[in-house]
Amino acid sequence: MKTSGDPITRLDGPAKTTGAARYAGDQALPGQLHAVLVPSTIPAGRVTGIDARAALATPGVVRVLTASDMTRVHPDLDKITCPPLATRFLPMQGDQVLYEGQPVAIVLAERLEPAEAAAAAIRVCYQRDAFTPPETAPAEPPDPAKGDYSKSSAVTFQKGDAAAAIAAAPVRLAARYTQPSRHANPMEPSAILAAWEGDRLTVYDAVQHLPAVQGALAAVFGLGADKVRVVSPHTGGGFGAKAFIWPHEILTAMAARVVGRPVKLALSRQHMHAMVGPQPQMTHDLELGARPDGRLAGLTHATANITSVTDDYVEFGAIPSRAFYACDNITTDHRVRRGHVTLPTFMRSPWDGPGSWALGSAMDELARRLGVDPLDLRLANHADTDPESGQPWSSKKLREAYEEGARRFGWRERPRGGTRDGHWRIGCGMADCSQGQARFHSTARVRLAAEGAAVVESSFCDIGTGPATVFAQVAAEALGLDPRQVTVRSGDTDLPYSGPTYGSGTTLSTGAAVQRAAERVRGRLAALAGWAPEETTMREGRITRANESRTIQEVLGAAGLPELSSDGAFDLPGGAPVDMGEAGAPARTFGAIFVEVGVDPELGLLRLRRAVGAYSAGRILNPRTARSQMIGGIIWGWGMAAMEASHYEPKLGRWLSKDLAGVAIPVNADIPPEIEVAFVEEFDARSGPLGAKGIGELGATGVAAAVANAVYDAIGIRVRDLPITPDKLLAA
Amino acid sequence: MCPEETRFSARCLVRLTVNGQSHELEVEPRVTLLDLLRERLQLTGAKKGCNRGECGACTVLLDGRRVNACLVLAASAEGCAVTTVEGLAQDGRLHPVQQAFIEHDAFQCGFCTSGQIMSALACITEGHTGSNAEIREWMSGNLCRCAAYPQIAEAVAAAARDMSASEAA
Repeated sequence: MKTSGDPITRLDGPAKTTGAARYAGDQALPGQLHAVLVPSTIPAGRVTGIDARAALATPGVVRVLTASDMTRVHPDLDKITCPPLATRFLPMQGDQVLYEGQPVAIVLAERLEPAEAAAAAIRVCYQRDAFTPPETAPAEPPDPAKGDYSKSSAVTFQKGDAAAAIAAAPVRLAARYTQPSRHANPMEPSAILAAWEGDRLTVYDAVQHLPAVQGALAAVFGLGADKVRVVSPHTGGGFGAKAFIWPHEILTAMAARVVGRPVKLALSRQHMHAMVGPQPQMTHDLELGARPDGRLAGLTHATANITSVTDDYVEFGAIPSRAFYACDNITTDHRVRRGHVTLPTFMRSPWDGPGSWALGSAMDELARRLGVDPLDLRLANHADTDPESGQPWSSKKLREAYEEGARRFGWRERPRGGTRDGHWRIGCGMADCSQGQARFHSTARVRLAAEGAAVVESSFCDIGTGPATVFAQVAAEALGLDPRQVTVRSGDTDLPYSGPTYGSGTTLSTGAAVQRAAERVRGRLAALAGWAPEETTMREGRITRANESRTIQEVLGAAGLPELSSDGAFDLPGGAPVDMGEAGAPARTFGAIFVEVGVDPELGLLRLRRAVGAYSAGRILNPRTARSQMIGGIIWGWGMAAMEASHYEPKLGRWLSKDLAGVAIPVNADIPPEIEVAFVEEFDARSGPLGAKGIGELGATGVAAAVANAVYDAIGIRVRDLPITPDKLLAA
Repeated sequence: MCPEETRFSARCLVRLTVNGQSHELEVEPRVTLLDLLRERLQLTGAKKGCNRGECGACTVLLDGRRVNACLVLAASAEGCAVTTVEGLAQDGRLHPVQQAFIEHDAFQCGFCTSGQIMSALACITEGHTGSNAEIREWMSGNLCRCAAYPQIAEAVAAAARDMSASEAA
């Protein structure tokens, strides 16, 4: 029986369509208090006084906590790296204010309404300091002492002599591409319910990695990790915003300890914008030099992204320039602009998302200059090996993806740019999609009961990517069961350790651990039957060798066992918690996105008409859930291309809009049904035993460039500053 | 201006039906229908995504009309019949809209799904399913950040066909 690879419907469908699935904010405990945070109204300075009298007089209000009420963090927290701690700066440990919206007080009330009313009644006095708007601050090299983000990849990279190669190249291009800050805006704002029993802490939290929250909270209080339990069965979308541990999580656990009652905090959309970071605003400076045949002679890519004054978050947006195309002379550099702003963070798709926008636009400009088809320019520069390391890829079928995507889109027969359809001008564009592949150490347990039902247990979290379905398929395949006979228990740190749900690494990593655990169970069942495991097969509740066959029940019954349980692990070389592929075989996913847009040049309107994405992403374990994820990624990319921006107001030192009215994101009417997704047949044996890679981030790469390229195709206007809004099309 | 004590201790009695069950509750006038459902009745299917009517995650039916429960004061729902996502499945059998959302893979994280499904049900009964474009327009008050939009539109169309077929039968 083959069950992984089948397009089965989601096993959590009934729970999610009936309202039964419980998210962090849906949890309630007896005696709980509702917390509302009071955000600072200034971007820089000190809190000099807090008048909470009116708040405390509000019936239902129990406490107003200020910095002096909070416990100090335990020195153990210094040992937690940043990330997974989102930021080293914890508000309410002193009087310092370093960004607008930073929590300065916490109201605790018996009910939500008095907590909200009282928070609005609190008067905070400040001493204002001058603040630095980040976008106009000088671009400086990251400081390795300001957090560990800058250590996640190479800040600078040099191969050959890019400057000389570009200077000598017959065809040259130099351009700056910019993009605004964008908040992830998962539909579920972050929420947490924290409860202490003695020195044991339980939190129900909206997260993308439970064990990281467990470790960080344990460190905050100087406890062993076994004293902290994190429960998170469902997370209402993450996209990076819930990947790391943000201050509100720590403050809520502290508040619960101070008052000795469970405390529940659900951030408002406004507080979410202020207290959880976005993808940063950034600039890309690119220079390309090409030979007449289109092959790249030299490439430089320098980025600068905004960050807070507390930590250096580095958005490694130049990575695509050392990974996408074959080139002997490459220089990349990353800088930061520090200002008084919420610390930015990873967001779908980190690094390659921003980088593919800039590089994908520049390659289109180069193709125009050379007079070659943009797809042919890509083919001429296909990177057979990793340009950065020179090593062979773990697997890559990009040529097949180009061919499949071009065929489905009709790229070679596309309408001529500027073709009219009523008042719309039609344009087509394409760009490369690619994402570095993270792998995470993970473990899982599989239990097989006599009646032939299996249970998968692992502490991974469901953020919507379908792991509860796919891992049931993986276990079912190994044990010859129907996936519906497999129950998946997840979202609880009492279960075996799982790696995170980010970095496109869950399926590859936790899935491999599930597979190993299930195969081990099968091996033990075979041994109980007295057979060599490799000679057996399992199907429909039976284990079979040659023409002998026994039911699971018979084998376990004869052995006097109610169930068989085995653990499995996906271990990385050297016991690492994370890597970017096997040594000597860098792992990446690849693909191409083709879009057709309509532009109304008189009104500056831009509409998506159709899109085709074709991908080389390893083995696809469930084509139905994978298709949905890729479509979601393409639409995410459309939001980046045409709609989304969180603007920092430089006079006020705050986000201009903190809601879903002032920050537009795609709605159903924006998205046509003609979005097609294809995967090429591939099995990446070097990245993991499942042959799979990750797809969560791949779909959102390249899209913004493809759209900008299509806009140019339609009306001859090159927009180098996202998002492509009507004002930019009309001003050009 | 009345003293704080009076302002915040005012109460009003609300009688309403939720998923066919009658409730009589004393609430403060400032309590929204969404918070009443979630915090008082523990019906947490309707979600709070923005609390400002921007996202649609809290969509419920109020006397058969779809509303953002975060924009309705509970006190104003006096005498009304409220239907939430918890009230759709009958005797363990999923409603055709719920079934269509599963079949068409019209959700990922599930956080907007309750609101999408209630909105879809209203969209169908309103007769706004004449074309894909019409469905998309009338489903645009419900944001989905996982962006299952094409599948949601497919699910709404399929459920509309299914429901009109079973009506005709």
